[in-house]
Amino acid sequence: MLSIKDLHVNVGDKQILKGISLEIKAGEVHAIMGPNGSGKSTLSQVLAGRDGYEVISGSITYKGQDILALSPEERAREGVFLALQYPVEIPGVNNVYLLKAGLNAIRKHRSLPELDAFEFLTLIKEKMKLMHMDESFLNRGVNEGFSGGEKKRNEILQMAVLEPSLALLDETDSGLDIDALKIVAHGVNSLRSPERAILMVTHYQRLLDYITPDYVHVLAGGKIIKSGDKTLALELEKRGYDWLTQVPAINTDNTGAIGA
Amino acid sequence: MSTTPQDLEQLVAQKYRHGFVTDIESDTLAPGLDENVIRHISRIKKEPEFLLQWRLKAFRHWLTMPTPNWAHLKIAPIDYQAISYYSAPKARTDAPKSLDEVDPKLLETYDKLGIPLHERARLAGVAVDAVFDSVSVATTFKDRLAKAGVIFCSFSDAVQQHPQLIEQYLGSVVPHGDNYFAALNSAVFTDGSFVYIPKGVRCPMELSTYFRINAANTGQFERTLIIADEGATVSYLEGCTAPMRDENQLHAAVVELVALKDANIKYSTVQNWYPGDENGLGGIYNFVTKRGDCRGANSKISWTQVETGSAITWKYPSCILTGDHSVGEFYSVALTNHYQQADTGTKMIHIGRNTKSTIVSKGISAGHGQNCYRGLVKILAGAEGARNYTQCDSLLMGDRCGAHTFPYVEVKNSTASVEHEASTSKISDDQLFYCRSRGISQEDAVSMIVNGFCKAVFKELPMEFAVEAQNLLSVSLEGAVG
Ligand SMILES: Nc1ncnc2c1ncn2[C@@H]1O[C@H](COP(=O)(O)OP(=O)(O)OP(=O)(O)O)[C@@H](O)[C@H]1O
Ligand SMILES: [Mg+2]
Repeated sequence: MLSIKDLHVNVGDKQILKGISLEIKAGEVHAIMGPNGSGKSTLSQVLAGRDGYEVISGSITYKGQDILALSPEERAREGVFLALQYPVEIPGVNNVYLLKAGLNAIRKHRSLPELDAFEFLTLIKEKMKLMHMDESFLNRGVNEGFSGGEKKRNEILQMAVLEPSLALLDETDSGLDIDALKIVAHGVNSLRSPERAILMVTHYQRLLDYITPDYVHVLAGGKIIKSGDKTLALELEKRGYDWLTQVPAINTDNTGAIGA
Repeated sequence: MSTTPQDLEQLVAQKYRHGFVTDIESDTLAPGLDENVIRHISRIKKEPEFLLQWRLKAFRHWLTMPTPNWAHLKIAPIDYQAISYYSAPKARTDAPKSLDEVDPKLLETYDKLGIPLHERARLAGVAVDAVFDSVSVATTFKDRLAKAGVIFCSFSDAVQQHPQLIEQYLGSVVPHGDNYFAALNSAVFTDGSFVYIPKGVRCPMELSTYFRINAANTGQFERTLIIADEGATVSYLEGCTAPMRDENQLHAAVVELVALKDANIKYSTVQNWYPGDENGLGGIYNFVTKRGDCRGANSKISWTQVETGSAITWKYPSCILTGDHSVGEFYSVALTNHYQQADTGTKMIHIGRNTKSTIVSKGISAGHGQNCYRGLVKILAGAEGARNYTQCDSLLMGDRCGAHTFPYVEVKNSTASVEHEASTSKISDDQLFYCRSRGISQEDAVSMIVNGFCKAVFKELPMEFAVEAQNLLSVSLEGAVG
């Protein structure tokens, strides 16, 4: 589904991603963890096509297609979805209106008939039930005055409506209360299928208690420095990142063949 | 990450859609202005003596007035002798008595503008008066309105058929010497619309006027007078377009509204005069005086304007809140793109007790556009308990445009409350990216965000015009962000 090869990305003069390689197959769930500022959001935004990042070298192939030349909207129409770490408020633009416009643009691209207001409302009400969201959110401005947790829930609502093939979830769990975390996890799990893939960035094991990842990667200093299965997350929870990022000279742990 | 200025430069590539010229024979007065021209206009229009005298008084006053000080506008001097003050499509008869008599080419023009005088208007239930250059060509729905006792006709017809109303109300809100352009208009105005809603009548449909400047080198000086008698209610919409021409054309209109006791007037404008090209060549100079007088207690006047056209816009639709408990409102969206300049705002003059005014202004600047809000809230000594709320928001697109806000407040009564909020923002890359990452194209995202910014104003427009206004805004901004 997604193949990232030796990706180097700069912002201005600053090198942020320094050679990322990652293979994600349909049906898989990958978790990315790593210290603050290590480049996790940068990676997800580059995948979604945001301007302002300079890809110095490397490639991103999605469904067999090089997507670096595609605009964000083209990627979205091809099935890429990004739930942002910091969802944006757009005052005066109706939440439903934005979502309907997005869904219809995507459907049009796929030669599907556009949904009319009634059909769309039926669909979104069903998805809102899934997300335990009150219908009053239908008529509010996009994220306007939403609480932190409500914004995150709104992101997953959008995902549930747009039904992407590749969902990138950037810290969707942060800011959620315990109940909301379960709801969001349920929303994500109901999207899981053999045709879809999920890449989620998180700092905490508790999300992974609900959404079991197939792979866990540690991103530090712009590189993936370790990959493993779900047990890696448990280990990180216990030990933090130091043991991975520090020079191994004084490290008595057996972390693999490092050195000469 | 950030949208670069170069990207934003491309924000201005849209062509003006209404820029066609209608090939029609017209009777046009030679350029120039003196008392003879005024007498001539008055004679063509078979006006009563009082009106000619009023025109001459205005003209003599105008001659003594200094040209206005342009505040924030950059404008080349206007040669008033180079303008023709009267241009009328040649008609087979004196004036068309019905639509069948109107030149088919003219009707075609209105079709192109999206204003079919018969069909669509009927469907929409909107009565339309269309002013082409200087002359009103047709007023639809006369009969149905007449049944309700509503008078809706061209200004010229009103002068002939209801001279007493004209004499009583003309200049009673905007006096003949009010300002430079109002004085000029009073001297040379040729046509416009007239509305009278009798006591207790709720006008059965939206009334609407479309103005179009067609002939070259003419000015359009229309005059609109709307009177809502006690307890009457009316909603009125004005739309405007002009062909693309390299020379600037002058549009100096005057609109007077009178609301008597318990009356309610809602006046909406969608102004889309030719704005000039992307280098600032040509376009309409839109210098308009619009003022409403809430003359009776509990009356209400509400101005809503969407200004996307004109090279230069200079207008301050205002309310004089004379009657106790009267209400004035001003909702405005002004968009300047390319080299357009807008200096617009309102004046709310609180005279009566417990008078209330609301001002919501949304300015959008793109390209090299300059957008200026200028507002005055004046609370006189007798205006016990007066209240004003003002909100001015500016949205900038790119870094070559400008937004300026000049709120003036004068309060002479200590029980008054005046509240002002202002903000300036840019369309953020975060917002654009957010919409795009949901599959929405960049252009749709821009117009969605801008429309969201204007929502508080658009919701004041009559339904069918709100849609038109949104489309107009989208068109004016197409290609706005690269
Ligand atoms: N526009 C920018 N200009 C300068 N530096 C930037 C820019 N965008 C990102 N960076 C830097 O790139 C690095 C990676 O940022 P990124 O947001 O990807 O981190 P992250 O791993 O998501 O961190 P967190 O866990 O805190 O969300 C940080 O040091 C950040 O300051
Ligand atoms: Mg991050």
